[in-house]
Amino acid sequence: MKFPIRYEHFEAIEKRAWLLGVLTAVMISIGGLAEITPLFIEANKVQPSEGLKPYSPLRLAGRDVYVREGCYLCHSQMIRHQRFETQRYGEFSAASDSVYDRPFQWGSKRTGPDLARVGGKYSDEWQHRHLENPQQLVPESNMPPYPWLTKKKISGADIQARMRVLRILGDPYSEADIESALAAVDGKTEMDALVAYLQGLGIDNVLPKAKQ
Amino acid sequence: MQQNETYNDHVVRLFLLASAIWGVIGMSIGVYIAAQLQWPSLNFGIPWLTFSRLRPDHTFGVIFAFGGSALMGTCYYVVQRTGHARLAFTKLATFTFWGWQLICLLSMVTMPLGLTQSKEYAEPEWWIDIIIAVVWVSFGIVFFATLARRRIRHIYVANWYYGALILAVALLHIVNNLVIPVSFTKSYSVYSGAVDAMVQWWYGHNAVAFFLTAGFLGMMYYFVPRQAQQPLWSYRFSIVNFWALISVYMWAGSHHLLFTALPDWVQSVGMAFSILLLIPSWGSAANGLLTFNGSWGKLKTDPAAKFMILSLVFYAASTFEGSMMAIKSVNSLSHYTDWTIAHVHSGSLGWVAMITIGSLYAMAPRALGRPMHSHAGMELHFWLHMLGTLFYICAMWAAGVTEGLMWRETLPDGSLAHPFLDSLIAIRPYYVVRFVGGLFIVSGMVVMAWNLWHTAAAARAHLIKAIPVPIPQPTPEQNPAPLAETER
Ligand code: HEC
Ligand code: HEM
Ligand code: HEM
Repeated sequence: MKFPIRYEHFEAIEKRAWLLGVLTAVMISIGGLAEITPLFIEANKVQPSEGLKPYSPLRLAGRDVYVREGCYLCHSQMIRHQRFETQRYGEFSAASDSVYDRPFQWGSKRTGPDLARVGGKYSDEWQHRHLENPQQLVPESNMPPYPWLTKKKISGADIQARMRVLRILGDPYSEADIESALAAVDGKTEMDALVAYLQGLGIDNVLPKAKQ
Repeated sequence: MQQNETYNDHVVRLFLLASAIWGVIGMSIGVYIAAQLQWPSLNFGIPWLTFSRLRPDHTFGVIFAFGGSALMGTCYYVVQRTGHARLAFTKLATFTFWGWQLICLLSMVTMPLGLTQSKEYAEPEWWIDIIIAVVWVSFGIVFFATLARRRIRHIYVANWYYGALILAVALLHIVNNLVIPVSFTKSYSVYSGAVDAMVQWWYGHNAVAFFLTAGFLGMMYYFVPRQAQQPLWSYRFSIVNFWALISVYMWAGSHHLLFTALPDWVQSVGMAFSILLLIPSWGSAANGLLTFNGSWGKLKTDPAAKFMILSLVFYAASTFEGSMMAIKSVNSLSHYTDWTIAHVHSGSLGWVAMITIGSLYAMAPRALGRPMHSHAGMELHFWLHMLGTLFYICAMWAAGVTEGLMWRETLPDGSLAHPFLDSLIAIRPYYVVRFVGGLFIVSGMVVMAWNLWHTAAAARAHLIKAIPVPIPQPTPEQNPAPLAETER
């Protein structure tokens, strides 16, 4: 057997556990560093706050329900640069659409349709009924029913705590924004919050055309 | 030098048992969620039994609980035998066992309750992540300390893969899980949007690379020569493949994000490296398969060898498929569809599960000091598993291609031919086939658990004797010793 790399070169590594460990660590770090570092630098250059507001308290609560229930396991929020996708779901998703998404919700599996631009597609009433019992509206659907969302109320103090953490991470919430959260979610159920979140998708998180 | 040192097989046996149990649990959940995709009312209106809450339990249960326990158990088994040394830090090793089981239990209970970071394969909340880090570092300490006290100068290649698994997963886990907690039940990622997506799929892809591939390759490189009773086909080739594999894999993560809002150059790099990745992947598969050259007769008589040979075939098939799916024009069709699910399970049921099962069947008689309780049971398991896997992946290929084609089909006037719902209706029959395949597979796992249990029971009755470590005379200039010589 002849290999381009002489086998003897490996002998030294093979006999020293520490050298093996160090070299392995170096090799596995290069790829990630090369790809992620430039993205960080780029992300820091983009200033989304000029055109985009962070999530309103109610929509933030709704988004957290979306995450908790695992909707992302069946729904993507990323319209790809493909004609048949834009034809079905609307304009393709831009990186700026998800700057406030911690974590991102692009998804990897479409058991159900993409939701990136679902906002305004249906009435609030439809969304409520659909989430409570999808099969009632779409008999062939395999989406699970989520009736328990109507039962639980959103806690204002909890949302304020969440907004404060997001502010530490750099989301531009003002003190007034945080104060207003109590009133904004008062008496709302998780279902109301989730519907508010869905109805804003593709609307509230999109840069105004002129600025793009 | 002590003459009465013995291998620490106690902790190996514990991991072996845990792996079998988690395998049954994780795959049963898989069958249950497969059923829900067909019959959504099967959640009985209970939040934590709902598909979207349980799916992470399936992935965590099979990857980290079943796969993780098998990896740690075999790692401890292999590092002792290839180094002719007892595992370092007996107590710490036992701690890694209980710690890992605690993590699996905590994760599998909290995720269905809605405590999730929503990052695939990294769902558990921050405080579980901290426990994971502690246990994982302990695992690393036990492993590397055992390497350090080995009596064979050359570090056998299986240990290279285990070592890479430990280092890479530590790095991935820490970087991807950086969050700021709000409370015990909620935290926010320090990354957002596109950066978060890249970090997550760098993690996700390399979790596949190091957890589901490198670790199991370590298992393969030890147990395949052992079961074939022949030295590895080419030891040198395995070393070249090692370096190629670990350095190329880390670049390929962005193939999960083709055509998305990620910058184009990152996508192209991901695609190029994914195609390159085929070379070391097939290198390892070929090396394993060729090791059986001359002992193909075992295919008829030895169920463990059968599992191993088939696992290598599936490894070659799924990596070929993966490299093809990373090509942009193919991914345009396959992304978001059940084709991905078919690829995942040809990798996981075909490669990961089969090499694990094969290794368990090879290791159990040695760790328990008894032949397996039932040979027919192993044969039955093989056929159930193989048929179930074929049912599963063929059904999902058909479903995925159907979806992909229907989503893009246009009428002569340029409008889309099918509303979304049509594609769902078209693939529902395939969901039933997948469910049936899953039932086969789980039945096989139950047979295995039963078989292991009885083997262990017989072994307990005859009091397992610890195996003394063979202590060789140090030979300063030996070539990498083929297994047949270092192992007895
Ligand atoms: C098992 C997979 C699955 C899960 C989990 C799931 N969905 Fe769905 N969803 C579907 C399917 C399939 C459809 C299409 C049929 C229908 O309208 O019911 C759909 C449709 C929708 C629609 C209408 C989209 C449109 O353009 O017509 C919305 C909105 C929606 N889902 C929201 C959600 C939310 C919010 C959650 C989480 C609480 C969720 N879904 C969880 C499968 C799922
Ligand atoms: C009885 C056997 C199994 C059955 C019935 C089964 C079933 C399923 C189902 C129904 C899904 C969800 C698919 C979807 O969302 O459309 C899934 C996802 C998944 N399963 Fe399994 N599974 C089995 C075994 C395994 C094993 C052994 C592994 C790994 C070692 C595994 C790893 C995964 C992964 C990683 C995913 C997520 C895929 C993705 O997000 O793209 N599964 N499985
Ligand atoms: C050469 C090797 C491989 C390459 C290039 C590769 C490539 C890919 C590609 C292109 C995807 C689809 C991403 C998407 O469209 O969303 C994918 C998904 C996946 N692959 Fe592989 N693959 C390889 C080997 C494997 C192996 C051996 C496994 C073992 C189990 C595996 C497990 C997975 C999983 C779990 C996913 C789904 C991730 C998700 O969306 O949740 N892959 N792979």
